[in-house]
Amino acid sequence: MTLLSTRRLSKDFGGLHAVRGVDFDLPEGQIRALIGPNGAGKTTFVGLVCGRIAPTSGSVRFAGDDISRLPAHRRIRLGIAYTFQITSVFARLTCGENVALAVRRRGGDPDREVPAALDRVALAAHRHRLAGDLSYGHQRLLEIAMGLAQSPRLLILDEPTQGLSDSEIEAFKSLIRELGGQTTILLIEHNMSVVMETADIVTVLNFGEVLAEGPPEAIRADRAVQAAYLGTG
Amino acid sequence: MSDAGKSLALHLGLLALLFALQFVLPAYHHGNLSRIMVLATYAIGYNLLFGYTGLLSLGHAMFFAAGMYGMGLTIRHLGLSPGPALLIGVLSGLALSAAVGALALRTAGVAFMIVTLMFAQAGYLIILYFGDWTRGDEGFVIQQAQRVLWGIDLSQPTARYFAAWTLFATCLILSLRLIRHPFGKTLIAIRENEDRARMLGYDTFRHKLGAVVLSGTISAAAGAAYGLLFGYAGASFATVQYSILPLLWVLLGGAGTLIGPFLGTLFTFYLIDIASGLTTAYMLVVGVVLVLITLFARQGIGGEIRARVWAWLP
Repeated sequence: MTLLSTRRLSKDFGGLHAVRGVDFDLPEGQIRALIGPNGAGKTTFVGLVCGRIAPTSGSVRFAGDDISRLPAHRRIRLGIAYTFQITSVFARLTCGENVALAVRRRGGDPDREVPAALDRVALAAHRHRLAGDLSYGHQRLLEIAMGLAQSPRLLILDEPTQGLSDSEIEAFKSLIRELGGQTTILLIEHNMSVVMETADIVTVLNFGEVLAEGPPEAIRADRAVQAAYLGTG
Repeated sequence: MSDAGKSLALHLGLLALLFALQFVLPAYHHGNLSRIMVLATYAIGYNLLFGYTGLLSLGHAMFFAAGMYGMGLTIRHLGLSPGPALLIGVLSGLALSAAVGALALRTAGVAFMIVTLMFAQAGYLIILYFGDWTRGDEGFVIQQAQRVLWGIDLSQPTARYFAAWTLFATCLILSLRLIRHPFGKTLIAIRENEDRARMLGYDTFRHKLGAVVLSGTISAAAGAAYGLLFGYAGASFATVQYSILPLLWVLLGGAGTLIGPFLGTLFTFYLIDIASGLTTAYMLVVGVVLVLITLFARQGIGGEIRARVWAWLP
């Protein structure tokens, strides 16, 4: 079953066509990586999906319903979780409260679920520390914990491994593999090892359009993709 | 003792102290403290919006005045007894804050400040315009005979003190409960990072509207009580000065601390009281103290206490 689909989805910023007529389908349970050079429109595209940005034209469907006109918080309530590219935790609240806000919104039990969510990203020891006092990498992990704590049907991760150490990246990969099958994941990622080892299917955006789509190996071999990344072509 | 226990002990302790002071204070300070407790209630209402939700209103005088006139006009023209009149005052604030909130929250930041300021000015001008009923700037006195609530004469100092204490205690405990409640925690999250709160699925508009209504209703309760306890309603309470005062009290006392509104109101009241005994240029003294506090204790008295001594202060 297709969980998320977009049709002719476009966004113009003045004269800049950030996203142009994207048709995109994401089946339930799949781990999809969204890659592309800087400025390809990846963050804008997921912003359109979760309602942070209003589209110029086109539609978004989630779990069979047209959600194009829903405000962001209603889309989140349907089961979309979004983690920010630029870390956006509640800096002056504790890590535990950051996650508790995610748990409480869907009526969960913070006492039980907060430690569990923090444990999955190895932050359990930091529960009572202020989020703003964490290292950058740990703030990224806290973002992921807030995403997980929402028990979403679709988890959108915008460059989650940026700023993580090598060992944290390894832990992240196994976390994603573990989630695969239960949660549908849309992952914007620059780190190719993460993409190759976790994604079922990779979609490549370039200049706001879908350049290629396929299994990781096929994408790696694709000449057009190589050209886009290398800037020749 | 847990942090929640400590904060409960502190706030109940403050209430017990205020209750006990009634028996020992000389008449002058006794009267002052009644006034301070009612005004601190107004500041508690303001602090819910400014300190906990992060919305800076410059128009709260309209809510204070809505309570005062909702109470006063119904006593004066409809001959209501104080009980129903107080209730109508509170409901006036509730209705006004719901309407103003629904409109003003379409803006944010500086625009929100300006829109609330303009609504409050409109409110002030309405009071003047209907001078035949409100007696405008001059205002009107609520007679002693009209201030007897359930057989208690609220013009008597002791009864007045207890009435002010009851109002203050109710609103303080109410707000202590609120910030422990999920709704209050969401307001704090909105203050900290509204975009993130929205992207966790919270309807931030509805939460902010709820905060405006709570804040406006508590302010109106304070306004209604003020008019009833001190026997006067006048348009000066709807001027911009009465919108700025709660902001000052909360800033001085510590925005986003529960005890801050009381500390700030107490401090400012006595600062003006003492300075005006020394010089006619007392506002200059107040101004200098304000500048000093802004320079050296930016988080206000309560905020500094939290930062230096009691980290658990809510």
